[in-house]
Amino acid sequence: MGIFDKFQPLAEIRRDMEKKCSDFFNLVIKDITSPTEAVVNGRAVIHAGSNNYLGLTFDPHCIQAACTAAQKEGTGTTGSRMANGTYSGHLDLEQELSNFFGRLKTIIFSTGYTANLAMLSTVVGSEDVILIDADCHASIYDGCRLGTADIIRFRHNDTNDLEKRLRRLEKRHTNVLIVVEGLYSMLGDRAPLAAIAALKNKYGAYLMVDEAHSMGVIGQTGRGLAEEAGVEDSVDFIVGTFSKSLGAIGGFCTSNHPELDMIRYASRPYIFTASPSPATIASTRAALALLPQPERRRRLWSNADRLYKRLKNLGFCVGPEVSPVIAVRCSKPENAYTLWNKLLAQGVYVNMVLPPATPDGGALLRCSLSAAHTTEQINKIGDAFAALPPHRMN
Amino acid sequence: MQSNEKIVSQIKEILRPLIPGHIEIKTDADLTADLGLDSLKVMSIIESLEDHLDLSIPINILSEVRTINDLALQIQKLNHKEGN
Repeated sequence: MGIFDKFQPLAEIRRDMEKKCSDFFNLVIKDITSPTEAVVNGRAVIHAGSNNYLGLTFDPHCIQAACTAAQKEGTGTTGSRMANGTYSGHLDLEQELSNFFGRLKTIIFSTGYTANLAMLSTVVGSEDVILIDADCHASIYDGCRLGTADIIRFRHNDTNDLEKRLRRLEKRHTNVLIVVEGLYSMLGDRAPLAAIAALKNKYGAYLMVDEAHSMGVIGQTGRGLAEEAGVEDSVDFIVGTFSKSLGAIGGFCTSNHPELDMIRYASRPYIFTASPSPATIASTRAALALLPQPERRRRLWSNADRLYKRLKNLGFCVGPEVSPVIAVRCSKPENAYTLWNKLLAQGVYVNMVLPPATPDGGALLRCSLSAAHTTEQINKIGDAFAALPPHRMN
Repeated sequence: MQSNEKIVSQIKEILRPLIPGHIEIKTDADLTADLGLDSLKVMSIIESLEDHLDLSIPINILSEVRTINDLALQIQKLNHKEGN
């Protein structure tokens, strides 16, 4: 058996799917004309699947900061901080993130994915246990797998199930790290964080919250679900990304544990990766400075409320609560291809998410909204869904 | 501690509704190749077993599991570790 033979079943599935949905597999975004508009496969569309929650990718201050940094410091760092050195911008951004979250220490990483790999593979050891919500992102699963701790799942957002597992673990007298997300990326639902924080304190565990989709989106100043739930003191580690509300690429972990700095010397995903480029650091810093302003968040939630209610009233099976992530469930993946194509033909691009990336084995047509979407664009997205044949959703 | 036979029997009981009726559930059958279970179904089986056995099963063990026998063996090891 050759090394590529194992991919044959995958190749067959892809061939079969390409026949039904060639646009999806050969998709090219040729032009990005604004935070909410693009030219996809030659067609001008409303981009409703970008995770560009605050619309900052085209903010003039962020663009100018990136251009100035590239001109001044070059296009890349061409290596890791351990080998090539730390740029002053790296330290400035770490300090500004610490200030923003009101924490002692912050480490930045090259992507949000790397942040989870670095933290979860390193902060717990072989005698420890990680308790993760079953719907956690792949980067959380992969970070756990890269490490040596026991990985135990609990049912999604089920605090009774979490407590059952914490109780069972008491007799092991081991360190337990609970990992949840602020806003779950597929269905847009929030963790019951106040209850989880209470359990964390009751059982003496540690708590990590991935605020990738909630930073800038939730909380009075945009610090995420921990801020909104009033439990920041109970959260040991906040991880997040620069690639959503901050409109760039990168990741971070911030904490009040001074030992966080030791991760820099123990974590392979930190040590052996090229550090973020000057342009990335500069645009992220400019975006972070804008995050506390409430106006973009107000527009984002107004857009979310409008589309969520419209789709719900139309009878679509949407997630459990209003959120900038609005996922329409479609039980048969083969129908999702047809519906996704029909949305694209009407000038609306959404994410099509197929099993096993979905929580329950069905398919999702996932919208992620932006503060930059106009009311007219939100209405057009709703109109496009309204024109779909309802029997295809089953 | 539960016997291996009892654990195997519980695994088979949980698997039965997920496997087409004409397929015999043998203890050395490959969960994926022979019984047609995908990763989501395997996770669902693990959750059901956890409830039946009142035990938390780390997903790390799945790298050692291909058959029902493998799964039963890993659960016995966990029982031993937990002192059940």
